[in-house]
Amino acid sequence: MAYDSFHTLESTAVPLPIENVDTDQIIPARFLKATERKGFGDNLFRDWRFDQNNNPKEEFVLNNPTYSGKILVGGHNFGSGSSREHAAWAVYDYGFRCVVSSFFADIFKNNCLNIGVLPVQVSEEFLKTIFEAVEENPKTELLIDLPNQKIQINSTGASESFEINAYKKENMLNGYDDIDYLESMKEDIKTFAVNRPL
Amino acid sequence: MKKTLFDKVWDSHVVRSIKEGPDVLFIDRHMIHEVTSPVAFLGLKNRKLPVLHPEKTFATADHNTPTLNQHLPVADPLSRNQLKALEENAAAHGISYWGLGHKKNGIVHVVGPEYGITQPGATIVCGDSHTSTHGAFGAIAFGIGTSEVEMVLATQCIMQPKPKKMRITIDGKLNHGVTPKDVALFIISQLTTSGATGYFVEYAGEVFRELSMEGRMTVCNLSIEMGARGGMIEPDEKTFTYIKDREFTPKDAAWDKAMEYWSTLHTDEGAAFDKEFTFDGSEIDPMITFGTNPGMGMSITKAIPKAKEIQGSATTYSKSLDYMGYREGDSMIGKPIDYVFIGSCTNGRIEDFRAFAQIVKGHKRAANVTAWLVPGSHNVLKAIKEEGLLEIFEAAEFELREPGCSACLAMNDDKIPAGKYAVSTSNRNFEGRQGPGARTLLASPLVAAAAAITGKITDPRTLI
Repeated sequence: MAYDSFHTLESTAVPLPIENVDTDQIIPARFLKATERKGFGDNLFRDWRFDQNNNPKEEFVLNNPTYSGKILVGGHNFGSGSSREHAAWAVYDYGFRCVVSSFFADIFKNNCLNIGVLPVQVSEEFLKTIFEAVEENPKTELLIDLPNQKIQINSTGASESFEINAYKKENMLNGYDDIDYLESMKEDIKTFAVNRPL
Repeated sequence: MKKTLFDKVWDSHVVRSIKEGPDVLFIDRHMIHEVTSPVAFLGLKNRKLPVLHPEKTFATADHNTPTLNQHLPVADPLSRNQLKALEENAAAHGISYWGLGHKKNGIVHVVGPEYGITQPGATIVCGDSHTSTHGAFGAIAFGIGTSEVEMVLATQCIMQPKPKKMRITIDGKLNHGVTPKDVALFIISQLTTSGATGYFVEYAGEVFRELSMEGRMTVCNLSIEMGARGGMIEPDEKTFTYIKDREFTPKDAAWDKAMEYWSTLHTDEGAAFDKEFTFDGSEIDPMITFGTNPGMGMSITKAIPKAKEIQGSATTYSKSLDYMGYREGDSMIGKPIDYVFIGSCTNGRIEDFRAFAQIVKGHKRAANVTAWLVPGSHNVLKAIKEEGLLEIFEAAEFELREPGCSACLAMNDDKIPAGKYAVSTSNRNFEGRQGPGARTLLASPLVAAAAAITGKITDPRTLI
């Protein structure tokens, strides 16, 4: 098993209603110098969380004790910019297992799926409903049901279905990863390589 | 069946299509650098796997390297450690390594084309989103995460759902003072930073046909900034002339055989795209960004749009302008600046330095401006010296540095101080991208040059 499997998740959520959150915000480049996958959660949203003297910025949601949980809810186009997987690692290492948004940047979404963080894409309307519900009551729990591809706001029962391709769903449910699969078809790959023109 | 350029290259690389899942895509060229590869090598070690095709893998150090005194040991212990890890991993797996001080060293997306690693019809990946640069040659090239780097090292394959197809056609003639960078910033301003997410873009039309290979690289480089997986341009005589006789391009009979394949690489008449955009090249002005993502760009002569005129959240928009210290309705012309950065995989090639020199020649750096000129590779550095551009830069009191990614992402010491304004020829104006609190204005080398000698935002057309 290459990473944690993901089945269902019931948790409160941390709202970040900002659009176009790029991976430089999720983890700034100066924190990419490690050669091991350790401790990236400490620097998640570093420059939004801490001022230049490393004091927590009180107004930022991760410093607000009212909000906690394993689900991060972000605005449209979450994870744009740099391909750094460190951004997904930071999200995971901080303790999130699911990111909800109305739109994800491609590479960030792939990176999440490759490490066992579930990206859940919902409609703009449903995203707004989640933000409103969490703002009204920070203890609002969301249910992420991967087998049924459904996200639900527990207090109201409002729900929406989400997309994930069958292959990735199976991987997430079992904690399989792509390398296991590719290794299993290595002979096919070797044959293919022989006939390449380049 | 009629196929697009993208279809032809993609389909010929599919080893297996997984039902209701991704395609298993064979990768011809894998470029790696020090920042996104160490954890992938660690993964291989844990799985006890070798690198399947070290001869298709190329390592260079660029993201984290100093641009001053490269002959000395790297001062920052973390950077030094990361560079050492790449060197050791490359040696352990028989991968060619162009490290700091190597004459072929430079930014991965600059050296790839220089040495003919980049070829038409190839699939090229790298753990860096600006891998899209190589699409200029008619390759499918895109950035990947570290798990995927490990995947490619282990199996030379990657698993990706086939993206949708978009074509952006721009005909007409570009006006004087309008560069490939302006074309790209214009497109992104029209599509927004997420307008091409889920798509692979083909750039078509007179404007792209007329661009040099370096200009095409600048355009394809910025494809990711509108969310696209990558962008590509049909290879033509210009492409073949550029790559012929480079170190890694095929020679003699192998060249002829490759040319047979390459000559098929064009979109068939009538092939379908999922989305198409058409623009008029003659309507593009020199561009500049005013906000905190590359889609927040406009003609340098215009005023910053009002929140009510833009799509998307007004809160996010005002947060962005607050960060920049700008107000709705402000004109950009005349705004003071503090730094100028010319370099990066977007605009760190010799044509960019020639353009910069064209404006600064005979002028002096404005007293309020610090300017860093960072070539994309040792080849570019050498050309700057050989062509006499260095004399022009020195006479104008600009500092020429050694190659690397430098202030584009500010991983090394090249950081723009908090609150300062930098006109940069790089690719991202995100908050803190060029240093904590730094404010970035993305622009062409001509706009950067005009700012460097006047100390403020200036329309370069008034100086040419």
